Formats: sequence, C-alpha cells, structure tokens
Amino acid sequence: MLGRTANGLFWMFRYLERAENTARLLEAALRMALTRDVVTAEAEWRSVIATLGLTQAYQAAHDGYDGVSVWNFVLRGSTNPGNVRLMFGGVRSNAREARINISSDVWEAVNENWMRLDKLLARPIGQGAVGEVLAAIRRAGTQVHGAFDGSMLRDEGYHFARAGTFIERKDSTARILDMKYFLLLPSLTYVGSTLDTGQWEQVLRSVAGARVYSWLNAGRIEARGIVEFLVLDDRFPRSLAFCRNSLRECLASLARTHGTEGQCHVLMREADATLSQLTVDQIFEAGLHEYLVDALARNAAIARAIAKDYRFHA
Amino acid sequence: MQARGSNFDEMFDGSGQTRPAYGEYCRWLDEQRPEFLRRKNREADDTFRRTGITFNVYGENEAEERLIPFDMVPRIITASEWRKVAKGIEQRVRALNSFLYDLYHRQEIVRAGRLPERLLRGNEAWLANMVGFTPPGGIYTHIVGIDLVRTGPDEFFVLEDNARTPSGVSYMLENRETMMGMFPDLFSRIAVESVSNYPRRLARSLAACVPPAFTGGKPTVAVLTPGIYNSAYFEHAFLADQMGAELVEGSDLRVVGGRVQMRTTRGYEPIDVLYRRVDDEFLDPLTFNPDSVLGVPGIMDVYRAGGITIANAPGTGVADDKAIYSFMPEIVEFYTGEKPLLPNVETWCCADKDGLGYVLDNLAELVVKEVHGSGGYGMLIGPTSSKREIAEFREKLIARPDNYIAQPTLALSTCPIYTAKGLAPRHLDLRPFVLVSPKGIDITPGGLTRVALKKGSLVVNSSQGGGTKDTWVLKD
Repeated sequence: MLGRTANGLFWMFRYLERAENTARLLEAALRMALTRDVVTAEAEWRSVIATLGLTQAYQAAHDGYDGVSVWNFVLRGSTNPGNVRLMFGGVRSNAREARINISSDVWEAVNENWMRLDKLLARPIGQGAVGEVLAAIRRAGTQVHGAFDGSMLRDEGYHFARAGTFIERKDSTARILDMKYFLLLPSLTYVGSTLDTGQWEQVLRSVAGARVYSWLNAGRIEARGIVEFLVLDDRFPRSLAFCRNSLRECLASLARTHGTEGQCHVLMREADATLSQLTVDQIFEAGLHEYLVDALARNAAIARAIAKDYRFHA
Repeated sequence: MQARGSNFDEMFDGSGQTRPAYGEYCRWLDEQRPEFLRRKNREADDTFRRTGITFNVYGENEAEERLIPFDMVPRIITASEWRKVAKGIEQRVRALNSFLYDLYHRQEIVRAGRLPERLLRGNEAWLANMVGFTPPGGIYTHIVGIDLVRTGPDEFFVLEDNARTPSGVSYMLENRETMMGMFPDLFSRIAVESVSNYPRRLARSLAACVPPAFTGGKPTVAVLTPGIYNSAYFEHAFLADQMGAELVEGSDLRVVGGRVQMRTTRGYEPIDVLYRRVDDEFLDPLTFNPDSVLGVPGIMDVYRAGGITIANAPGTGVADDKAIYSFMPEIVEFYTGEKPLLPNVETWCCADKDGLGYVLDNLAELVVKEVHGSGGYGMLIGPTSSKREIAEFREKLIARPDNYIAQPTLALSTCPIYTAKGLAPRHLDLRPFVLVSPKGIDITPGGLTRVALKKGSLVVNSSQGGGTKDTWVLKD
C-alpha cells in the first residue's frame, strides 16, 4: 500500500472520530445547559470551547458564551478552521484519496453522509434543529464504521484506519477528563459532600458512558468510580485502557503483515509499561492531570511514529 | 448550433416507424407505466450522486463537483452496423500507431511527400526526445478513443481521434451498471454485448507491454493521476480500483536505482507500466515544464533506458491534433495500403492559404476549432454565433491561422431522450474505446454515447452541458 494512502485512511478515521466526539460533547453540554441556570450554562459552553482548544478563535469572533453561538461556531464557524463541516470534508477527501483501498460500501456511506451533513451545516443552526444535526453526525460515524467492519479486507489498510480511530478517541476522552478533573478531585478529600453529581454525569455523557456506568455501579455516582471507569475499565470502548489495547492490537497486526517493527512499537511498549500498571489510587496520588498530560503526549508521539515508520510522507 | 435539414434518427425512420434495432426496446417501453419511468429517472440521479460519479468543472467555484446528466433511453447499434464500424476503427488505430513510429523514426511519409513537414515542425505536441526511441512493444497509443458521428443509415464519420489520454470510459461502464440495476428485465429480454470486462482487458493489455527492465512475476501497473481535484479523478480511481492497480500521484514517485518507484508503507517499489492520466508537459519537470508538481523528475531518462512503460507514450499527441486529422485519409492509406473504411469529416486547414480563404468567406456556416483544443473550449460555431462573435473570431483567425481548422456543420443523427413530456430527439455522437497491445487491437463493443441535452444543439461535450447514454451493441 502507498504511504500516502495509509495516511489517507488514518486521517479519514481520525476526522470521523473527531466529528463524532465533538457531537457527543455538544449533546452533553446542551442537556446540561437546558437543566441549569444561566451562569452554569455559560460555564458549560465555555468549557466545551476550551476542551476543543478553540478559546482564542472563539473569543476573536464572539463576546459571550451562549449555546447558539457556541454550537454554530463549533459545527460550522467560518473563522473556526477545525469546524465539524470541514472535518467531514476531511473525511471525504481522505476517503477519495484512499478510494481504491476502501470498499464501495464504505465510500457510499461516507459520500451519502457527507452530502447530508454538508447541506445541514451550510445554514445557521437554531435551537430547534441542533438536536437533529448532532444525531445525524453521530449516525454518520455509526454507518461508516458499520460498513467498514462488514466489508473491509483485514489488511494493513484496515489497521491504519483503526489506529486512527483509537488514537483520536483516546485523545478525546483524555481531554474531556482533563478539562473536568478539577470537578472530580475535591470529592476525594470531601467525602460525602453534596457536590454536583450532575457535572459528573455530564462527563460520562460526553463519552457516551452515562448509562453503562450507572448500570455497572447501581446508580452510585462518585469521582473515584468515574475515573476508574473512564481510565482503566477495558470493557468500555471509550476508556483510555480500551483505546490503548485496541491500538496495541492494530500495531501488532501491522508488525505481523510487515514482518518488522518500528519506532511506534517501541513507544507503545513504553506506554504500556508506564500506564497500565497504575491503580486509580496511584493515579490520584500522583495527580490525575499529570497522568492525563503524560497519556496525551505518549499518544501523540505514537501517532507521529506511525506516520514516520510507514512512510506517510515523502 | 442548429442541425440543417432533416437528420437521421436512430430510433425512428422517416415515416415514424421504429427501426429494427429498437423494436424490442420500444415494445418494452410501451408496457411501462409513466409513473414508473418518472421514478426511475429520479433514481438514476441519486445513484450517480451516491456513488460519487462526478467530474469537476474548471472555473466554477460554487460547484466543485458536478454530475454528467444521464439519459435512461439507450442508444442501440445492431451487430452488423457495429462490425463495420469496428473494422474501420481497427484500421484507423493500426495506422495511427504506424504513423507515430514513422514520425519518430525515418519519417517516410514526409519523404514520400504525403504529409507536409511544416505540420511536424511547428507542432506543440511533437517531442524531440522521442526521436529514434521505440517504446516497449513498439506501441505508442495503448488506449484510444475514436469520436464518431452518424449522418445516415450507413454513414459514420470520424470526428476526432483521441490518441493522448481519452477519458470517459468510466461513464460507459457506470451507465451500463446503472441501467442493469434499474431495468434488469430489459436485459433479460434483449441480448446486449457486455462491456463490463473492459478494466480486465485494460489491465491485461497494459501488462503485455512490460519494459525491458521488468524482472518477471506479476507486472506492477499504476495509474498516475494529477490528484483529487482533477476533473477526471473519479475515473482514475475507478479504473485503478477495477484493474487492481495502484493509484499514484507525482509525490508518491521517485527515481531510485534507474527505476521509477512508488513510496509504499514498506519502502520504495518499482513500477513496470504507468498508465498516466497526466499530460506530456507535466510528466517530467526535468524535461518539460520545470514548474510541474504532477510528474516525476527523471522519468523520461528511465523511460528511454527501458526502465518503465508509459501509456500512452509521450509525444503521441502529435498524431491527434486537428491539423493532422485532416490528413488521416492519406495516413491510413499510406500505412495500411487500403482505402479508409471510415471517412473523415471534410476539414479546412487554416494554415493552408486556400483553406483560410474559404473559411474566412464562410465563417457563419462553419465550425472552427483550435488545433490542440478539446472539451468544446475555444471554438466558434458559425450558425449560432452573433455577428460580433464572428467578427472577433475572425481577428483571432487572421492573427494565428495555423492554430485553427474548420469543418462544415453536419446533420448529426438524433436519438430520443427521456423528458418530463415524453421522448424528444437530441443530437449525439459516439466514442468507442480501443486497447492496443503487442497481442492486437481490442475494441469494446459500444462505447460512450454523448448527447446534447438542449433541443437542436450539436454540442455534446460534458463541459458544455452535454449528457450521456448507455450504448448497446446487440448480439446477433
């Protein structure tokens, strides 16, 4: 496979994952804002923009943080170079680059969803339409993944695409947790305090884990449990542990097909050695923020090593 | 431009009777409910959009990609009509390859006084560094598209030879897929020659032209595309996909160890045959346009040293410009020793003094085209142009006469298209696709039918709003 094509598959799935994660984040914030007072709502929208790393760009374009401004900026803002409309354009143009290495089912799922979303995102999105638009973005991800699982040959292209998915997902979960860690920390010292459990639920909702979490924990919401679930529970498909395990499998498959390992395999082993041994207490002890920053840096380094090892660029 | 007089209709004869080729189709059509046809017509559009069969139009910002309109009424050719046409095409393509070999070697045709030397000397498509070089298998033009028009029951004319990089074959294939998907019963009632194995035949044909450096095993074939913003990117990806070839861009390629190699996830791997969809001038920045980022520095040296096969060969364009076209009857006769089976459309060379005089006197009646033009750009259609447009074109013509040729407006045949108000006749042409390898000449039955969608219009180019039809050659 061409290095450029591998790059196309990798980024096609990173953008797809990013678009889906962004939609989930907005959905969670939307729900939060609807059930809270204006001040909390504003803080919530502010934290969405911060989580996505868009604070500077947003503040250059807007004075305050209200829902309509934030979701329009995130989804389709002309001064937001990372808006969801462009992300989907990125999914499609990367799919076009890699056209001969994806099945027709995958291409049609991408193309149809792009046509729908590009139209939906072309006009300002009001209060009444935003739910439908966010659901359409999530569905696009589901459909492309479904077509991909059902029709793709399990060769290196498949593994590059999956590597892109899990690198992006791990990045997203870690960022969301990091943005909210200050909400989770005090609970360890103030045991039994009546802290706002709604905020924690919101974190879970951002990564589509609210229902599963409360099912596993009999409805008991507490910081320790949430962190354990999102960082260490390898059964939950958006946890850091699950993403790391999946990424490890992708890299192992690539090493098998190529008959040789690269720098990315070395970095993966180092990450495993450091991150997989820790308990939730040890993580809190050393600092959740420090843990997440380290995980994010390792994740990014592995992504760069994949690009280099497999000659994504000339 | 308007057709003059009554033209030949493919479906109906002069008295309104259905021609035999369309007999069974028209019986089928009569049985269909109008609502069913309306629904299918909408469906066709959706299919093309979903599968992404689009082309990009240059200079249109608002619509990056457009669909070529598809008309669901097929164009039907009988087996015996096709046999005659195919024989004529084969003769013409054989002559084209012999002609190209001769031009880059001894130039017997010029020595014999049958072709004026000036046509070569000033020719933009002429490549001096092809002189004396013989491409692998002796083949210059591996993939050819011959544009035909019809004016009567047995009257097919060649309008243009496309010996450089003919496009449109993906539409031939997708139009058939779409028709079979929409009207399966039609194909069980009428026996139509299949076109679907074209990509396999193309792959075989290209693999038969390996260069001397080929080391055995399975030849590596790659399609070279300018990239996703090129107007024909869909076709490049489609063909590579269907052939099982790699789809490469200039940035993927590099000359390593005397071979052109592509950057794979495992390192650089040599390419044996490159089906390039990039024009000559962008192929090698070291030899041609130094600003080109689409090509491969040094590929021409590798080519001349036998390290790669380039299809079509660089420099083939010299055989298909519109000034050479006017000499094709001579060329066919010179190399085959036979009279041409398919006639040319009468053509006046404006480089020629008498020709220019005639063209200037009759501008309002003629179609004037640029010698190296394509896609319907930069031409004058006398009968539909205003006095001012004609006057402006006259200036251009006088300033650079050797850049133009002129042809009469022909009474092109028509075939009905489906419209909201029923069938309506529209003008069309036909581009059969021809593959050439050391094993012989292979013509896919049918080809791409392009149809003008505006009433009376004779311009079928997709860049000018033309559409396409599925083309059927009936089995005997």
